[in-house]
Amino acid sequence: MIQPQIHFLGDSALLCNLPPPATLPHQQRIWSIADEAASWPEVSEVVPGMNNLTLILRRPVVDMKVVTKRILDTWAHVDVSHIAGREIEIPVVYGGADGPDVDIVARHTGLSSKEVIQRHSAGEYIVYFIGFMPGFAYMGGLEPTLATPRRDEPRLSIPAGSVGIGGEQTGIYPLASPGGWQLLGKTSLPLFDPTQTPPTLLRPGDRVRFTVERIAK
Amino acid sequence: MIEILQPGILTSVQDLGRPGHRQLGINPGGALNCLALSAANLLVGNDMEAAGLEITMGACEMRFTTDTRIALGGDDFDARLDGKSITPYWSVPVLAGQTLKLAHAGPNATQGMRTYLAIAGGINVPQVLGSRSTDLKANFGGHEGRALRKGDCLPQGPASIAIAGPAFGVRSPAWSGVGTQTQDSSKLIHLRVLPGPEFEQFTVAAKNALWLDKWRITPNSNRMGYRLDGPELKRKQNRDLLSHGVVPGVIQVPPSGQPIILMGDAQTTGGYPKIGVVIQADMWKLAQAPLNAQLQLQPCDLEQALHAWEEQQAYLNSIRETLAALDWSRATQYKK
Repeated sequence: MIQPQIHFLGDSALLCNLPPPATLPHQQRIWSIADEAASWPEVSEVVPGMNNLTLILRRPVVDMKVVTKRILDTWAHVDVSHIAGREIEIPVVYGGADGPDVDIVARHTGLSSKEVIQRHSAGEYIVYFIGFMPGFAYMGGLEPTLATPRRDEPRLSIPAGSVGIGGEQTGIYPLASPGGWQLLGKTSLPLFDPTQTPPTLLRPGDRVRFTVERIAK
Repeated sequence: MIEILQPGILTSVQDLGRPGHRQLGINPGGALNCLALSAANLLVGNDMEAAGLEITMGACEMRFTTDTRIALGGDDFDARLDGKSITPYWSVPVLAGQTLKLAHAGPNATQGMRTYLAIAGGINVPQVLGSRSTDLKANFGGHEGRALRKGDCLPQGPASIAIAGPAFGVRSPAWSGVGTQTQDSSKLIHLRVLPGPEFEQFTVAAKNALWLDKWRITPNSNRMGYRLDGPELKRKQNRDLLSHGVVPGVIQVPPSGQPIILMGDAQTTGGYPKIGVVIQADMWKLAQAPLNAQLQLQPCDLEQALHAWEEQQAYLNSIRETLAALDWSRATQYKK
């Protein structure tokens, strides 16, 4: 069993770091522990990261031995079998004004535009964790041939729902924001709606597929 | 109701924040100085969690449409109710039609940064994800998900206890030994800091500089983070970190070597090495620190951090218990 290294993150948070490399089994254990630790009385919030887990405590704690022991015990014995994740389909209009960088990705990867779209929509992606902005999923599973560096000059505003590639990652912008990713298309599904429960479409552990709604000219 | 006549530079509805949604990328936000807002809320008979206004650098003006009660916390921007001066941490009766005006911060903003206004009953905007705080980045919560503008009208809710009678005050947190606060940018602001997870990865020179040098808050600072200016902090090796959860108070060091202290509106996750973390009990000092103020970071341990936090809770509890023990129906008779 690989055990985390536990660090204080100030007086009211603990960061549990697993040794590299980040793997899906590591991450599944992290989601399971996050679920369990969220119900502990001293824990107010859990934040899964990439190969790590942060626990936010309700108040500063001095005697950390109890919490640390509980984390390590849970790490060793938690049941990960229930982590299946939901399957989420995200329809995307690829290319055109909403996907202005399909040609750049094609040129960089040596594929045709059609192949870029076909390979991107053929993949199954797993939400490792959510951060950066509400509902922004860091997903694993991009086919390595599609990896394309970020733009030299980030765009000042990318519309909500834009689907793009940044390095070896793919993702969706839930809100309009500045950003440097290469944009392939756009979905009309709302990724973040604070009036809904839950407020985000995606959660850690979800399995995501992009479907081709249409290829715009 | 409160009618905003002049919003100033940045005024927004804030409460103690929106915890519970970090794993969906939603940060807790809320008042940067929760101590000031909590104390002001207690002074008008509210629960500490009620929503108030966070006013940045003064220059704000508002009118009250009904008889009510207000209290200010945080910095003093020469607040005047119909021309009559009111002091932070005083509970003040207000008559319908009266106007509260906060003066502009001085040219060098040496007067501080933020004032908190609490009003009896709290500002009764709808709760979104369990909070009335404005998320200024994702544009939801508060009043229409944005900073206040001229002409905005904010509804009030019912107060928990009906405080009546003439104005009265309590000692401000600074005078109560809960913390020292400076109103002068030439004076140092002392912050207690716990070493961060990557502290030992920094060079000896960097570790010394962290504690011994003075750090200036650059004007390129906001509710997301305070960027500090000082000697370059270098690591022994530049290994990349994977993204992980972060909290307000984290002092992260990007490749430039110039540290950033994360504030209430920071992203929920980050990837820069963390040389230290400001203790929770000192975060209010940062909320009040003027731009260009000098910081002195002091190493501390968990026991000191817990003690400082408990001192603050005791300060708030003493206000709450004192006010709850008073017979406010007699105060009303006295007024009549």
